[in-house]
Amino acid sequence: MEAKAQIDLNNTETVYHVKEGGGGSILDIERFCLWYGQAQALFNNTLNIERGLVTALIGPSGCGKSTLLRSLNRMNDLIAGLSISGSIVFEGKNIYDPDVDVIGLRKRMGMVFQKPNPFPMSIADNVTYPLKVDHVTDRRVLEETLERALKGAALWDEVKDRLKDSALGISGGQQQRLCIARAIAADPDFLLMDEPCSALDPLATTKIEDLINELRGRYTIVIVTHNMQQAARVSDNTAFLYLGRLIEYGETNAIFSRPKLKQTEDYITGRFG
Amino acid sequence: MSPTPSKRIVTGADLSSRGEPYLWSMGGALALGLIMIFGFLLLVAWNGFVTFYPKPVEVLRLRDGARVAGEPTRSEMYRLPKNELDSLDEQARKSVQENKGFGLRTLFRTGNFDLYNEDFVWVSEFKIAERLTPKNFFFIERVEWGPFIGALQTLTVKGESLAAGAFGLHRLEMEHRRAVERRNRVRVIERDEMGGLNSELERMRLALRRIALEKGKDSPEHAAEEKKQAARAAQLQSRYGLLQKESESIKREDSLYKVTLKDVRGTEKTLALSHLVRFYPANDLTFFRKLKVYGSRWLEFLTAEPREANTEGGVLPAIFGTFVMTVLLAVAVAPFGIMAALYLREYAKQGRLVSLVRICVNNLAGVPSIVYGVFGLGFFAYVMGGTIDQILFPERLPNPTFGTGGLLWSSLTLAMLTVPVVIVSTEEALAAVPQSMREGSLACGASKWQTIKNIVLPKAMPGIMTGLILAMARGAGEVAPLMLVGVVKIAPSLPLDEFFPFLHLERSFMHLGFHIFDVGFQSRNSEAGKPMVFVTTLLLIALVAVMNATAIYIRNRLKRKYYVGHF
Repeated sequence: MEAKAQIDLNNTETVYHVKEGGGGSILDIERFCLWYGQAQALFNNTLNIERGLVTALIGPSGCGKSTLLRSLNRMNDLIAGLSISGSIVFEGKNIYDPDVDVIGLRKRMGMVFQKPNPFPMSIADNVTYPLKVDHVTDRRVLEETLERALKGAALWDEVKDRLKDSALGISGGQQQRLCIARAIAADPDFLLMDEPCSALDPLATTKIEDLINELRGRYTIVIVTHNMQQAARVSDNTAFLYLGRLIEYGETNAIFSRPKLKQTEDYITGRFG
Repeated sequence: MSPTPSKRIVTGADLSSRGEPYLWSMGGALALGLIMIFGFLLLVAWNGFVTFYPKPVEVLRLRDGARVAGEPTRSEMYRLPKNELDSLDEQARKSVQENKGFGLRTLFRTGNFDLYNEDFVWVSEFKIAERLTPKNFFFIERVEWGPFIGALQTLTVKGESLAAGAFGLHRLEMEHRRAVERRNRVRVIERDEMGGLNSELERMRLALRRIALEKGKDSPEHAAEEKKQAARAAQLQSRYGLLQKESESIKREDSLYKVTLKDVRGTEKTLALSHLVRFYPANDLTFFRKLKVYGSRWLEFLTAEPREANTEGGVLPAIFGTFVMTVLLAVAVAPFGIMAALYLREYAKQGRLVSLVRICVNNLAGVPSIVYGVFGLGFFAYVMGGTIDQILFPERLPNPTFGTGGLLWSSLTLAMLTVPVVIVSTEEALAAVPQSMREGSLACGASKWQTIKNIVLPKAMPGIMTGLILAMARGAGEVAPLMLVGVVKIAPSLPLDEFFPFLHLERSFMHLGFHIFDVGFQSRNSEAGKPMVFVTTLLLIALVAVMNATAIYIRNRLKRKYYVGHF
């Protein structure tokens, strides 16, 4: 096998694989840097998220993939001492502009977290929570949304008889699908998933992956994952991050079959990380 | 090759490394604490529960010929003084010497304060020639002058005397019931009906004065009001006269019903039947009748007003005062403490200033409570109350309305005293809400306030309730600051009545904690008050326990709602 190029951390240039087709860019991340206080976590990340496709962010622990994901809906705003440079352009507007309505932005980007975090209320109330904060009180709308979201999350058949029960009483996998239902209830453009299967058993993981495949096309999905096989199975595009740098970005098939850099190959074949 | 160094095998045989001595001392410390708490509760409960049980009356014939009748209260060993020792006979002196100069004496509750000028008397065992328990001796509780102990002589009904053998106990009880009805009717007339007239007259006077202050004494409004009031005043006066006549006629009838008793020394005493509260032949009671006396005493204690400088009668005003004050305290402290904690934890930028504020809040909890009392009196009563009086009640000045201690100021003072507890526990409860919950809500497009309202507060509510419970328990038991800001020995009226605005926050009130202090240590007759101290303590503990249990019940319901089994 030919010797692959090494990365020079002081002067990283992302290697892009040539794309064929795709849905067109929906989100343009341009030379995006991020600092937690003095420590820089992201370095000049530039990539375009494609509409309707599943984009996986992979990389070893601490490489900044979660940070990048949480930058997309500005969840990082909660952290004190955060500063950024560069831009993330959504519909022609940098989401970090001072006049951006953050709450409105988050409504268009449903988010699913590492650990299922259903609210301590009934299953129905959990799913309709995004509507509740918008003061939607029309019962018909709420019921329609509830059914659509639960069906969308492939949970309807399992919980339709106990919608009024506490959401904390269902299994972990069901809870995570409930969180997905909650995330798609407000009909967002994006679905951001931060290691959605890391707290689940293999069977529940399979169900979530099937669900992601079903949701492809309807939503633009960005998923952070530790699991290489998962990234290979569910994603259309893959971004490999390492120490805050975006190393390689391109079609999943290309990255996994013909990684251009040594680090990428080592990581995806399990030699480090 | 050098031999391998022998490894010291740690077997754990060393006691201190196994940690067992520490375990024992920890267990011991816990056991000691529990013993102290349960011992205290047991002491209070035992003394509190036996107090109202009727005791026998003993009649003593002493060696010097004197006679004493009374309830034996307690006995103790005491060192006999020299002259008393010399007066004893040979045998008694010998037994005293065997006891190293100590002898036994018993405290008898003799009652009859109006005859003897004392309620209790110590009697040395050596002086007693004979102990009797005659069945015809009655223990009588009176409206005033404390109990009377003596034999029943005659009963006077409508001026006709009946000798002791000529009527049964049943007849006496029936006549007594009627006499009590008359007494209550007089009380209703004099206190409620006449009091109502008086308070209306007072309101009219104040209304007139208000007009005089606002419009001037010579204004036409003043003259019109004066004229209007003159007619009403005449009406009230005539009603007053009628009531007075009614009460006098009842009293006249009442004076025809009397009972005559003879004390152990042979002095006769005639009492109006309506002045009797309760009477029973102390040595002639079946167990069932004893229980009846016991029950009726508890009932009186819980539902009546105090008599005899608080040493007798009930504590209803004190129960009510304690309860209302604690509820008001909770109502005042909850929004204050929760909002302050919410700001500190959720909104304020966590930095040096917030840490400083936190330290100050914690230190506030350690300030002696009397200091809060002084502050409450100075700031709430004099400054705030004085201002309220000048703005809202100028016609009542110089008599203060809110400008003196009262229910509202007491509650606010205690709220201030307990607010650190609520802040600290609320902050802890808020901090314990997992960050993932907040993130989940924010990611759904909820604002920060919506997240706090819908997710954080409900989840933190059980912890917040715990803080409130602690605050209420602390507040209900606090006495020192209240003595400055509104608690009194005897409140003329409850803070709740049928006159607008029904709950009178400016009124002074009675409190169980202060009642204990007053009865036990401030009354003329502290020996008589002693059992009341235990009963009142028991009641205060019970009241605090009931309020806490209620709060805990609410908290557990909340908990069940929000903590349905994690997967």
